[in-house]
Amino acid sequence: MNNGLSRFNLVSLVAGFAFLYLPILLLVVYSFNESRLVTVWSGFSTKWYVELFSNQGLIDAAWVTFRVALISASVATVLGTMAAITLTRHLRFRGRVLFTGMVFAPLVMPEVITGLSLLLLFVAVGLDRGFLTVTLAHITFSMCFVAVVVQSRLLTLDRSLEEAAMDLGATPVRTFFQVTLPVILPAVISGWMLAFTLSLDDLVIASFTSGPGATTLPMKIYSQVRLGVTPEINAVCTILIAVVTTGVIAASLLNKQREIQRARDEQAARQEGG
Amino acid sequence: MKSLGSIRKSFAPWNDPAATPYIRFENVTKKFGDFVAVNDLSLDIYEREFFALLGASGCGKTTLLRMLAGFEEPSAGQIFLDGQNLSGIPPYRRPVNMMFQSYALFPHMTVEANIGFGLKQDRMPRDQIAARVAEMLKLVKLEQFAKRKPHQLSGGQRQRVALARSLAKRPKVLLLDEPLGALDKKLREETQFELTDLQQELGLTFLVVTHDQEEAMTMADRIAILDKGKVMQVATPAETYEAPVSRFVAEFVGSVNLFDGSVSAREGSVASIAYGDGLTIAADNAGDAAVGDQVAFAIRPEKVRVASRKPEAGADNVMSGEVWDIAYLGDMTIYHVKLDDGRVIKSAMLNSSRLVDDPLTWDDRAWITFAPDAGVVLTR
Repeated sequence: MNNGLSRFNLVSLVAGFAFLYLPILLLVVYSFNESRLVTVWSGFSTKWYVELFSNQGLIDAAWVTFRVALISASVATVLGTMAAITLTRHLRFRGRVLFTGMVFAPLVMPEVITGLSLLLLFVAVGLDRGFLTVTLAHITFSMCFVAVVVQSRLLTLDRSLEEAAMDLGATPVRTFFQVTLPVILPAVISGWMLAFTLSLDDLVIASFTSGPGATTLPMKIYSQVRLGVTPEINAVCTILIAVVTTGVIAASLLNKQREIQRARDEQAARQEGG
Repeated sequence: MKSLGSIRKSFAPWNDPAATPYIRFENVTKKFGDFVAVNDLSLDIYEREFFALLGASGCGKTTLLRMLAGFEEPSAGQIFLDGQNLSGIPPYRRPVNMMFQSYALFPHMTVEANIGFGLKQDRMPRDQIAARVAEMLKLVKLEQFAKRKPHQLSGGQRQRVALARSLAKRPKVLLLDEPLGALDKKLREETQFELTDLQQELGLTFLVVTHDQEEAMTMADRIAILDKGKVMQVATPAETYEAPVSRFVAEFVGSVNLFDGSVSAREGSVASIAYGDGLTIAADNAGDAAVGDQVAFAIRPEKVRVASRKPEAGADNVMSGEVWDIAYLGDMTIYHVKLDDGRVIKSAMLNSSRLVDDPLTWDDRAWITFAPDAGVVLTR
């Protein structure tokens, strides 16, 4: 294989990345615009960031979003992991196919439908819309993502690890906490991060299920944009992008480092022989 | 049949009618859907025995081991250990430990923690755990690797950790699933002897599952040969090789020449077996084969002598043919001799002198001979 970039490859690379990142780049650049008019450049300034931190509405919304994401991701991780274990470990129970389908349906379900049905449910049971209902809704839709991530890890897990633990006298519960969970922990953490991000991003389901006093950041941004895009919004979005990017990069660097370390250790063990 | 009891006479509880079996499989059947993995199988294993379950893949040997460990429940029948019926007892309450084929070391724990895992489950005091772990590390000569993680060990070291971990709780029975399968040939040979030494030293009952007959022969006191979920023969390694009870066992263990025929005459323990076109074999150890019975005469290649000169008149079982193929293995040479009636007979000759003064080569005329008592008459 030729490792050099041909002209065609170069063009497709540039075009592809431009397609993906030009809008974001534009947003980031305009968040440092001096002018109030979003599309007219009139010099560099960080004043919108300063203004942002005095906008109590936005800060409140950010705080709500953060708490919803934290709680819903944690609960979804517990439920999703439990679902994944049941699906991969108890292969012979009745109705497994149906259950699998039901757990994974929200993955492909249009968000509008999920949101609407949740809204109907909350109204039917007489639950006042607010912080609790958004959180519950987010747990519902992010749980299946966690289940998928954890299940794929469990499928590649050597079953004899758990058998060995039981053989050595560990009850099923202790086997889970001392062997299974530590081994699948990276996948569980990935699942949690995915659920956290999904909750952070969500606009549609939150719009259906949220109520007064529990406006999330995406809802706030959306409602402000409808009155016209302000550089302040660009600034919020830039911060969000920075936070998410830092998280993703840090996670992948850590992962990479661990892999390299592992490969090195294995190499060393092989050379020692024995 | 000649008695082979002289081999390891010191330890043979299976010949003692007063001895009670330690592990007892009683009419055990295990079905997975329509597939019958173990079929109405009964087997007795004695205390301190090194017992091997030998068979091709799918013969049910691993299922048998897993039922004893408690990972599978028999569909029918019972398993007893030291007089206790094991049915319904979960794996974590059985006094047996298993060494897994994949070793199944816990990747997130150090060697020490792996070995101490079972002791921790029993809530043994911390200082006692440390002492036992140190003892186990010494046993498998891994003292300097205590703080390492499994991925920092070589294959052979991992195997030792797995062994130490399964021995740490001092189980009544140690189950070993293809214990040497993942090691290379040289390491495997060393480890075979280490395992037998260890078993003798600790005085434990070992039950090993293997598909490697050499491994089973080297290590085990007795071997059960399994096929399609049934026991074909239970015997010492020497008996399985020298006195197989059926064609299956004769062909499964080692290499064999088989002559199908029928008994044409019987004189004491010697039977004349007519095979092919008016040819006969004189066979001692004919057992209860009666005149007219369809039998097979089985003889191992190393008991067939091949020579370039015609033997003197009066010798038993002389056949002539030509050398068809020669495989020189260093310590021995395998000759394939095509007899005049078309069948090919294998003969293994030990190269006991460096220079062969009577070399046989391809297409040479050759005579093969064997003693009447060198083979076995198989009625099954």
